[in-house]
Amino acid sequence: MVRKSRFRNFAIGSPMLWIAIFVVVPYIIVVLFSFLTRDPEGIVRWEFTLANYREIISPVFLRVCKNSFILALGTTAITLLTAYPFAYILTRIDENIRRFLLLLMIIPFWTSSLIRTYALIILLKANGILNTLLLSLGLIDEPLSILYTETAVFIGLVYTLLPFMILPLYASLQKLDRSFIEAARDLGATSRHVFFHIVLPLTLPGIIAGSTMVFLPALGLFYIPDLLGGARSMLIGNFIKNQFLTTGHWPLGSAACVILTLLMFMLLLWYFISTRKAHSGGMETVR
Amino acid sequence: MKRIFQSAYLFFIYLFLYIPILILVVYSFNTSRFSTNWQGFTLNWYRVLFTDGPLMEAFANSLIIALSSSTIATVLGTLGAFAFYRYRFLGRQIMYSFVYILMMSPDIVMGISLLLFFITLGLSVGAVTLLLAHVTFCLPFVMVTVYARISGFDRNIIDVAKDLGASELQMFRHVMLPMLMPGIIAGWLLSFTLSLDDVIVSFFTTGPSFEILPLKIYSMVRLGIKPEINALSAVMFLVSLFTVTIAHFIIAKENR
Repeated sequence: MVRKSRFRNFAIGSPMLWIAIFVVVPYIIVVLFSFLTRDPEGIVRWEFTLANYREIISPVFLRVCKNSFILALGTTAITLLTAYPFAYILTRIDENIRRFLLLLMIIPFWTSSLIRTYALIILLKANGILNTLLLSLGLIDEPLSILYTETAVFIGLVYTLLPFMILPLYASLQKLDRSFIEAARDLGATSRHVFFHIVLPLTLPGIIAGSTMVFLPALGLFYIPDLLGGARSMLIGNFIKNQFLTTGHWPLGSAACVILTLLMFMLLLWYFISTRKAHSGGMETVR
Repeated sequence: MKRIFQSAYLFFIYLFLYIPILILVVYSFNTSRFSTNWQGFTLNWYRVLFTDGPLMEAFANSLIIALSSSTIATVLGTLGAFAFYRYRFLGRQIMYSFVYILMMSPDIVMGISLLLFFITLGLSVGAVTLLLAHVTFCLPFVMVTVYARISGFDRNIIDVAKDLGASELQMFRHVMLPMLMPGIIAGWLLSFTLSLDDVIVSFFTTGPSFEILPLKIYSMVRLGIKPEINALSAVMFLVSLFTVTIAHFIIAKENR
């Protein structure tokens, strides 16, 4: 038995207290704010209301949501489809080269996405590199106007978030037990069978983890449309930011934050369920 | 044939990820201010950058916050990782999942929640609130990095130290800490990078009284492209490149 030393209490207490004060309490305040009333003068009053949530299902907000959701889903789909084969090839590569290639993927993962977004502007603008290159190759006659369109926002999200899909997928493909695949092949399974009945179910946790790490930021990264897109391409992140900075409707912004958090919990729950299944169900698939 | 196709695929993805950054770095040395044509090599934009008072002030502020927040987060995170490994306590499991949830949670939600928290307390946003916010989002990353190392340890080491009469503090200080050092350094480096680069949480938790580099870049870029920003971004990219590479090698060496 560990005696309850003073050090023990300190080691447990200080980080847990920090999380309680700076994470748990602030979240509770957000939830609280999301039920408060904002009077016409813009002052927040201590009066319980569901009006903010009612407003969130209003057409205006739903249009923002729909747009943002389509962008985020599109980003998740494109990054997943490009990242999966990429991560798979990466696991098959000679270890010495792989270690270096992995580092090359970790660097953009940690590099400021603001700077990477800025780098895209230089590439995409009308007299930017891409247009200059395409014009000189004679592939286009006049400069493409990509920057400040929804396409630019989409490219920006995919560009910024691709490493966040690749790394979790790589981790889960790396853990995949190859003997399952060999066993299936010995029993006469085709490549398609092996992929859909073994590889895919076993790497589902990685797929969900990667999708969560792409999908949630794709809803929130407000500076990407601010820098790359026109005024129309608005993310939920921009909506929330505007509630706090321009409109001053804090309760509505808080309610949107709560919705975003609930979404995260749903995705995480799905992740945990799929991890359980991949551990138990994976065996059954082979059996 | 299949191998060539696979290599080509990897190559194109890396090209996609790195071309914009490479262009950025190359153009930070271009003489021309506006044109995309290459008009000769210059270090002028770096000179402009390092003589720009407000930018240098923001740079100093960023550095102060990154150094102090990553240090505080590393101390707290190391203690936390150790506590998760060594002790059983009330709410341990909940806190453990909370650390992971915290890493996944959207930056904007954390930024807003801290903003409302500071407003409720009557604190005006500035250096102090920014520091508190940065420690908060760095903390889970240190915990996870250190915990990854600690969970590979042989538990007998602790028993040996205890049998030899070490107190909990002595055991932590003289046995655990030296063994954990690579994980701690890696955690610190990653926190430093996170703090230096953060935009969204900082956006809500600091004010005009205390400007930091990413927010300065953000407001400058909204007004248009300037070659000084190319130079500044190139410098910031090199800093992350450096810290992340070191952290990566430290972690990779442990796992070998």
